[in-house]
Amino acid sequence: MAFVTANWNPLGESFYRKIELYEMGWNLKDGLRDCLVAAAPYGGPIALLKAHNRRSPSARPQLEIFSSSGLPLASFPWKSGMVKQLGWTVSDDLLCVQEDGTVLVYDLLGGFKRHFSMGNEVSQSQVLETKIFHSPYGTGVAILTGALRFTLATNIDDIKLRRLPEVPGLQGAPSCWAVLTQDRQSKVLVASGPHLFILDNTACTPVTPPGLSPQASSIVHMCVSFSYKYLALLTDSGHVWMGTSNLKEKLSEVDTKIKGSPKQMAWCRRPKSQQPSAVVMWDGLLLVVGECKETIQYHLEDDSILVPELDGVRIISGTHHELLQEVPGACEEIFKIASMAPGALLLEAHKEYEKESQKADEYLREIKEQSLLSEAVRQCVEAAGHEHEPETQKTLLRAASFGKCFLSNFPPEQFVSMCKDLRVLNAVRDYTVGIPLSHTQFKQMTLQVLIDRLVYRKLYLLAIEVCRYLKTPEYQGVSRVLKHWACYKVQQKEESDEVIAKAVSVKLADAAGISYSEIATKAYESGRTELAIKLLEFEPRSGEQVPLLLKMKKSPLALSKAIESGDTDLVYTVVMYLKNELNRGDFFMMLRNQPVALSLYKQFCKHQEQETLKDLFNQDDDHEELGNFYVKASYKEQRLEARIAHLQSAVDEYYKAKNEFSAKTTEDEMRLLRFQRKLEEEKDEQLVGFSLQDTMTTLLSVGLHKHAEQLYKDFRMPDKRFWWLKLKALAEKEDWEELEKFSKSKKSPIGYLPFVEVCIKHHNKCEARKYVAKVSPEQKVKAHLAVGDVEGAAEAAIERRNESEISTVLSRCSATTDHLLVERLNRAKATVPKK
Amino acid sequence: MASHLFCGRVNLNILREAARKDLREFLDKCSGSKAIVWDEYLTGPFGLIAQYSLLKEHEVEKMFTLKGGRIPSAAVKNIVFFVRPRLELMDIIAENVASEDKLKPREFHILFVPRRSLLCEQRLKEKGVLNSFTNIDEYILDLIPYDGDLLSMESESSFRECYLENDQTSLYHAAKGLMTLQALYGTIPQIFGKGECARHVANMMLRMKREFAGSHTQILPVFDTLLLLDRNVDLLTPLATQLTYEGLIDEIYGITNGYVKLPPEKFAQKKQGEGGKDLPTEPKKLQLNSAEELYAEIRDKNFNAVGAALSKKAKIISAAFEERHNAKTVGEIKQFVSQLPHMQAARGSLANHTSIAELIKDITISEDFFDSLTVEQEFMTGVDTDKVSTYIEDCIAQKDPLIKILRLVCMQSVCNNGLKQKVLDYYKKEILQTYGYKHILTLKNLEKVGLLKPQSTMRNNYPTIRKTLKLWMEDANEQNPNDISYVYSGYAPLSVRLTQVLARPGWRSIEEVLKILPGPHFEERQQVPTGLHKKLLRCCRSRRGPL
Repeated sequence: MAFVTANWNPLGESFYRKIELYEMGWNLKDGLRDCLVAAAPYGGPIALLKAHNRRSPSARPQLEIFSSSGLPLASFPWKSGMVKQLGWTVSDDLLCVQEDGTVLVYDLLGGFKRHFSMGNEVSQSQVLETKIFHSPYGTGVAILTGALRFTLATNIDDIKLRRLPEVPGLQGAPSCWAVLTQDRQSKVLVASGPHLFILDNTACTPVTPPGLSPQASSIVHMCVSFSYKYLALLTDSGHVWMGTSNLKEKLSEVDTKIKGSPKQMAWCRRPKSQQPSAVVMWDGLLLVVGECKETIQYHLEDDSILVPELDGVRIISGTHHELLQEVPGACEEIFKIASMAPGALLLEAHKEYEKESQKADEYLREIKEQSLLSEAVRQCVEAAGHEHEPETQKTLLRAASFGKCFLSNFPPEQFVSMCKDLRVLNAVRDYTVGIPLSHTQFKQMTLQVLIDRLVYRKLYLLAIEVCRYLKTPEYQGVSRVLKHWACYKVQQKEESDEVIAKAVSVKLADAAGISYSEIATKAYESGRTELAIKLLEFEPRSGEQVPLLLKMKKSPLALSKAIESGDTDLVYTVVMYLKNELNRGDFFMMLRNQPVALSLYKQFCKHQEQETLKDLFNQDDDHEELGNFYVKASYKEQRLEARIAHLQSAVDEYYKAKNEFSAKTTEDEMRLLRFQRKLEEEKDEQLVGFSLQDTMTTLLSVGLHKHAEQLYKDFRMPDKRFWWLKLKALAEKEDWEELEKFSKSKKSPIGYLPFVEVCIKHHNKCEARKYVAKVSPEQKVKAHLAVGDVEGAAEAAIERRNESEISTVLSRCSATTDHLLVERLNRAKATVPKK
Repeated sequence: MASHLFCGRVNLNILREAARKDLREFLDKCSGSKAIVWDEYLTGPFGLIAQYSLLKEHEVEKMFTLKGGRIPSAAVKNIVFFVRPRLELMDIIAENVASEDKLKPREFHILFVPRRSLLCEQRLKEKGVLNSFTNIDEYILDLIPYDGDLLSMESESSFRECYLENDQTSLYHAAKGLMTLQALYGTIPQIFGKGECARHVANMMLRMKREFAGSHTQILPVFDTLLLLDRNVDLLTPLATQLTYEGLIDEIYGITNGYVKLPPEKFAQKKQGEGGKDLPTEPKKLQLNSAEELYAEIRDKNFNAVGAALSKKAKIISAAFEERHNAKTVGEIKQFVSQLPHMQAARGSLANHTSIAELIKDITISEDFFDSLTVEQEFMTGVDTDKVSTYIEDCIAQKDPLIKILRLVCMQSVCNNGLKQKVLDYYKKEILQTYGYKHILTLKNLEKVGLLKPQSTMRNNYPTIRKTLKLWMEDANEQNPNDISYVYSGYAPLSVRLTQVLARPGWRSIEEVLKILPGPHFEERQQVPTGLHKKLLRCCRSRRGPL
């Protein structure tokens, strides 16, 4: 496999390799000359603005967007102002910074999204230079103005402009500058001749890189690593200084022996790099510098640009697209000539095995003897991830798989997920897709983001296939892609509402967790209300439907959707909205057709707007409820007249409702109230508001028997209750004389046992005895027992020859004192005929 | 602390833990010291989820009750309102916030239980205080694990809301709660139901299932069937006097949120020499749940069987204490000592329940109780349900508590499928004259919800229901019950019977009765995620065991 190392170059301890990613699909006449170029990291798109310097208004430059493989994505003539800089955001949007500080935002397919300004100060003094940078907070823009001041926005989605302090002694444009992200803050590092300054929000601090070669009189170029951790400076003496970006530590310094300003410089590091290294580009020459004195030189035929990546540098020229990186450890171990690393041996073993040679066994033995087989497998798997050529990947994975056969308990996850990842990566690296993502980059950016990127490119099918293949949970995978697809679909003006709605529903039908309301919102925003309504029909979450429906002024529909959801709060929300939107009549009419909403609104009114409640009942001719309403209202009144007036209204309503009973009872109440007031005035007794029963009890307790009697007759109180009432009232008063008189007034409808019991309750045994005789035979035993007359009870029980009564009496006898009685009772019990 | 939740067939502590986690997360969102201002209604239900200690761990230093005016001063950084989404409460909060000291402002937060409300937020906005809140959040507390075999929404007014006010908010919460339950315990494959509200809940659940589709993790279903029953399918059961031990405690003293307050006299610590000098005046508050071994054993017994159980337990405990005389070796003594705390707890528990049982017995042996029960049982067996009951008449004449009267009258109405207009009007008039005219609205409300109704032309179909579902069992065995009728000493609760029939042989056998009972009956099946389906089958097979 000698060819694998063919493109390797040694630099100090390690190797560097340049891999061709694509032959560019574009056809550029003059290559990249005279072009503003911006290529997004992570194998993102490339934007080109040709001939941007020509100031003649007649010649409109063309803005073109390509995939990393050079396939056109968009192209349109640039009609706005002079563009100083192009750049990409983290979400694949193109930023075009104009001379006046206006930033225009386009999506990756050339659709205009929005624009924003970098402030008055910038537009007045014009943009001199711009840098677009990425930080944990998003994409930022830094501008150096004609007034030699820096203005910075850390996140273009939430613009907060910061004007940095002045750099002292700055006469003309600084020789170079860069944006750093340190301590959760974006800072600018400026070189002005030999001096270096760090600008943060508050101050401008001069700094000196430790150990910078003294020959240097000025810094001509600088670059920051992808992770913002490292800084490289190029001096006019041709020295490259590399160190940490906090300028506390020097890593190396190399003399390039080339004086003169480079076109570009970039870090060429990878996570777990063996040495710091940077790439410097001049016209026709590319230099890799590391720790050692030597450098690697590449000849460049064409104008090129460097795109720093997490694990290397991409080089884009008019015809080719390459990746330059330090050879990853695993690859080096395996492919280095004469390597005896376990992975290399395993690869060899597998090769021999394929040739059906017994040498395979020898190699395997060698690895196994050192018990490094699992290490070997791991190396092969890891190396496969770093290889670009599918053939090489396959060879390494086959070797790994072969090695695995001789291991028990080797966890398969790493192997399986690498196979899957590579399959996905090879698919997106394909020329037609053009995302040359390395495995390291893929892991860093995550699958979620990759899916997003595919979606931005409208590669819906591929995105879905990837999700399905990697078994991403539906709602964050397939469903999400479908939603984006649908949002795009609804904006296609040429198709009819029906066709689109149908297409969307068919595709999305069984996908879980789709937010149809989001799609509908998109449709509404592009002016297709009818389509939006059709789409909303599919939305299972009514909560999501309702706000949009309200926004579209489809309130009746919003109301029925809210009701359908069962979420009463949502219903209330719509009802309150309608209340403010409609006139009262229409509002009531709408409620009338929606009983659920109506009863909720009534509940609301009951607590908040009593009068409206009345209007509602009136509208419905609900006389029964109106009656109830007045009854309730009457209790809120202090004055008796008002109270009675309300009750009168209630009576009228009850009659209208044909509720005879309620009307009559209410009239009774009015009568009672009047009576109570009259008596209150005459007798000075607190009565108003009492129930009939309580009124009479009070009257009897103060001796107003006549009045009580009158009420009893007037209100046709049942005899029984009157007797009970009077009995209790008199006993309470201990008016025994009156009680006796009462008992004799006529035959008691409640019998006489209550008389006995009530007297006992008031501890008057003597009075109680008077009534025992009058008690009916069935209750006599009970009466005797109540007054404690066991003998009498026994007598009565025996007379009635009732077994259970005899038993009751027996249970009350004590065997010692009532000896004779017990005997008699027992005898009587025996003679009771058994049924 | 929540041991009562482990003892059932399903570990309900998962649900409680999920709820506690949410609570902690919210509290941590309001960083720094805090005071909670409580909607008083919520303290009970919250007690079932978390004690004060949990709140304290998350820097809750003070607790206040929500009321108008200014919030008492407290040196805390945050004021957190725990409230139900009610407009009247919003007004109070607005007042609280408005009268806050402008010089020493504290951060405000609202936690809505069980759900945020746009309406309430709108109200706060109108009052100009919405922006004063740093966090506005919701705490979803629908189904609260109440005991090892019981979840409750602790929503006491939901019957009133659903049937009287046509406000089905609580049904929405019920559906949401059941969704949470399914998220934790797996999709319930079968849903049965009876009644309008049950239908509504099931519809919402099916709908929500579509909403949540895809976001569900795959859990093997723990519950195989869900049965939804409307309260108005079985109005009779709650009207009857409960006769189990727990039921009687509830009838007499009322159990709220798992606690009962008892008269203190019986629980005075009897210390020798002091002779009960100072009797406690505060009611004795006891928590009642299955964590207490003895209570778990007797709670569902018919009260008539409780005495025997208690004395048996007493013997076991004293025997256990006697064991100490047999403990000879050091090892034996050590073992005895190690069991002491448990035994002492058991003895304390026995003393408590003996006292409670005595309190209850005083009431159950009274003639009043007996008479009332007799009338109830007459109604339930269909005796004289069509005429005015002398007993009720007498009770009204004596002005017994209104609730007792209403329960009896409603029961008569239910057991007679409505009362003759004459009888109904008579009762109503009696009640109004005795307890006051204002109850005209009470009576109307009872009629609106169907607890009280005039007889229609239809014949009384209660006897059909009673016979088909065997609602009355003559020979209910209270001591060693073999049928649920023991809980009411004869009456078997209708809802329990419906559940029994559903389990075997199925509702198809009682179509006639189901038609008589109000509302539709239905059956829904929910698809269990594929993959789980096979597992489920395997489980079922292994449960059956080898044949």
